[in-house]
Amino acid sequence: MTSLQMPKVDKSTLLNKEKIIKDIYKILKSENVLTHKDEIKPYETDALTAYRQTPLVVVLPETVSEVSRILKYCNENKIRIVPRGAGTGLTGGALPLKDSVLLSMGKFNKILEIDYKNKCVVVQPCVTNLSITNAVKDNSFYYAPDPSSQIACSIGGNVAANSSGVHSLKYGATTNNLLGIQVVLMDGSIVRFGGKTLDSEGYDFLGLMTGSEGLLGVITEVTVKILKTPENVKAALVGFSSIEDAGECVSEIIAEGIIPAGMEIMDKALTKATNDFSKAGYPTDAEAMMIVELDGTESEVSELMQKVEIIANKNKCSSIKINKSNEERLKFWAGRKAAFPACGVLAPDYMCMDGSIPRGKLAEVLKEITRLSKKYDLPVANAFHAGDGNLHPLIMYDANDKESLRKTEEFGAEILKYCVKVGGALTGEHGVGIEKRELMCEAFNDNDIQQQIRIKIALDPKSLLNPGKVYPILKKCAEEGRVHVHGGKTKFPDIPRF
Amino acid sequence: MEEKQNFQTSQDFSSSVLKPTNENEISEIIKECYKKNIPLEVLGLGTKKTIGRNFQFEKTLDLSEYSGIIEYKPEELYIKVKSGTPIKQIRDELDKNNQHLAFEPVDFGFLFSGKNDEGTIGGVMSCNFSGPRRFKTGSVRDHILGFKGVNGRGEKIKSGGTVVKNVTGYDLSKILSGAFGTLAVLSEITVKVLPKPESNKTLVISNPHLKKGLEYLNLSLSSSSDPSGAVFYPENFRSFFTFNDLTFSGPITAIRMEGATLSIDHRIKKLSNELKITRDETAILSKEQSDIFWEDTRNLKVFSKLKENLIRIVVPASETFELLNKLKDFEAKYFVDWGGNLIWLQLDAINSKILNNIKTIVKNASGYLTIIKIEEGLKASTDVFTIDPIKHEVSEKIKKSFDPRRILNPGKMYIGI
Repeated sequence: MTSLQMPKVDKSTLLNKEKIIKDIYKILKSENVLTHKDEIKPYETDALTAYRQTPLVVVLPETVSEVSRILKYCNENKIRIVPRGAGTGLTGGALPLKDSVLLSMGKFNKILEIDYKNKCVVVQPCVTNLSITNAVKDNSFYYAPDPSSQIACSIGGNVAANSSGVHSLKYGATTNNLLGIQVVLMDGSIVRFGGKTLDSEGYDFLGLMTGSEGLLGVITEVTVKILKTPENVKAALVGFSSIEDAGECVSEIIAEGIIPAGMEIMDKALTKATNDFSKAGYPTDAEAMMIVELDGTESEVSELMQKVEIIANKNKCSSIKINKSNEERLKFWAGRKAAFPACGVLAPDYMCMDGSIPRGKLAEVLKEITRLSKKYDLPVANAFHAGDGNLHPLIMYDANDKESLRKTEEFGAEILKYCVKVGGALTGEHGVGIEKRELMCEAFNDNDIQQQIRIKIALDPKSLLNPGKVYPILKKCAEEGRVHVHGGKTKFPDIPRF
Repeated sequence: MEEKQNFQTSQDFSSSVLKPTNENEISEIIKECYKKNIPLEVLGLGTKKTIGRNFQFEKTLDLSEYSGIIEYKPEELYIKVKSGTPIKQIRDELDKNNQHLAFEPVDFGFLFSGKNDEGTIGGVMSCNFSGPRRFKTGSVRDHILGFKGVNGRGEKIKSGGTVVKNVTGYDLSKILSGAFGTLAVLSEITVKVLPKPESNKTLVISNPHLKKGLEYLNLSLSSSSDPSGAVFYPENFRSFFTFNDLTFSGPITAIRMEGATLSIDHRIKKLSNELKITRDETAILSKEQSDIFWEDTRNLKVFSKLKENLIRIVVPASETFELLNKLKDFEAKYFVDWGGNLIWLQLDAINSKILNNIKTIVKNASGYLTIIKIEEGLKASTDVFTIDPIKHEVSEKIKKSFDPRRILNPGKMYIGI
């Protein structure tokens, strides 16, 4: 991926740059059109910072009608467009193209309505995830999905990526917590999918749009479900002398019928790194450390916590600590939540991978990662959303060393391929973006991908919206014998094949 | 080559009902129909067959023989089954590990034939009708982890997998849930399963008025006591519920609490305090009675062998009271589920004018409706599902991307789709 290809630049767009900017000035206020290289610079990458590209122009519309007119204009003039929220995505989903208009939704940052009767909040897409909870917490409500970037990430981006966090086993991902969205399609049409009802009429476009990584439409409004804050939350910090025991403990908790709000495992390397970083009081001699969090009514939580304790002891835990105060519980989490900066101390750079695996395969997958770590001679630390099988290996490397980056990407790809091999998925919550584009053939065959591309083409026939993301280079799939190319002709000649 | 042989040996294409027994046969049949432009009716056990518009088809693709459990991993919380597998078979299998399908699929058997008949998992996913736990655990679509299927070209497609967290590519499980078989024929479905709650009890409140009932529902759903069922039955359905512990008559609001045994009593007490209700006006159904109560609610027992018309209305809970008030003129019988978000409406007398009026009222309340049962004479002239023009246009495009020649249940949902 270090030699990542993007769609072939449309030279006529570059040549027409001045006319395009002039036309855009007719649609937007002049201060909302950024053309100077210093103004554009912040938009040249998202949180996958290894890749940067300056767009043609950056636009910041303020109204839905402006978004619609921009898309319509780009569609009619065959200009590529890349939508962007807060730019916290880890897979390059908002990476601009040289010949693209970068559409920042940054001005859509208002909470439009708090509706307790229907237990929902209507927001503009660039409202941050956490500010939704902040807006309703005084009434003891909250918005459940909590990606670790929740302080900065936008809800529109959450919808585009179908984000989730440590509580998704019990409360689901973004897709399970939405009631409705308003979307502008590439032809400029403004559509509402869902509303304030549970389920909606006709095809579930809300479900289709969620997780479509900005390829099908631009989200201009989101209605999210809010939940009552649980009466009580308790967490246990459990150490194990082997990964296998920790894995067994997870399986047994679930077999017992307990669905914890969160269940996190860290390997020894990460336990040590995070403990050094945030002095969380972790059992640093343990091979694996687990945080189990239960929420609900007081009586329910204490009843279930007793069961968790019994199961942990049965599975030979080396230590167990249950929080006595809320401060102590937050301290348990402080280390886990500082996993990224803690790794930042250990190496100049790290790459956070995001595979899903069956819970029972944890020990096997970690063993393979250890083997690969030796093979590539790169240190790795692992965080695991054990409840829902989402594994985040953090590979440490030096981005200034090109060879180190290449090796890291190869290492990461091998991990993800292994995740798929054991019955998991290429990405649990970060999305495909450009980062995992070329690995799509590991999970899907030609028919699967073509069906998805047909959906894309149905809504964006010229393939102008966020091109170069999610779907692989055809040539690579063909090399792997999975794509049928008939007489040298592809099924959709309009799609850039770069 | 093998595919071809399978198809030729076990299927007689001249027959009007085709019963494939493997995925290759499903694919071959659809390829053949695609080539010859033959519209198909796609069916499981046919328990929800009459829901939807009448449409023209030449052959029936009957998936009832494509049945069986492929893989059940209780510890990974999923079951992978062939699409024609009866819900009952899945339920029996899950029972062995004390697990269940948390979305409580609605059993339309009682409505249409007066007896238990839940149909297949393929049918349940295609119709996406979820039971009383909807507001807490989501609908059918929220529990589908992945599928394999065949599109209208006869191509085998898949999406998702067996793990809960998976954002690889578009989430096609969602768009196929509730698509009534108009986009693709499902062959394999992986469903999330969950542990059965250890126990449950139901708090029943005697209350004479709809307004009070809806208030109780709303407060319950806003309570941290975490209920998993919240329904209001007016007087005229009351006779369907006779329980030892239910000593009063008149309309009732019922709230279900599920979970760890000891916590249930505590939560019921907590909610009772929040609702400011006294013991005289409440009853508590024990697990056995509570189980029956919610089974009967989920399965629309009050509409058993209904001769009249039945409409399903989904609205924001804040609109339910006004909406029901406006529907008074039509002499409808109803009950309210999903904590105020779902209305089941029985209409004895109906005509196009009444239907159109009801549609307008529902639309103005920001809701939508589905006609579940209607006199045949009226069915041809009315839209069974509501939709706005822009969404219809987008739906046409999506339909075309899956089924370009419109051979899969064409017109079952909407004209032209």
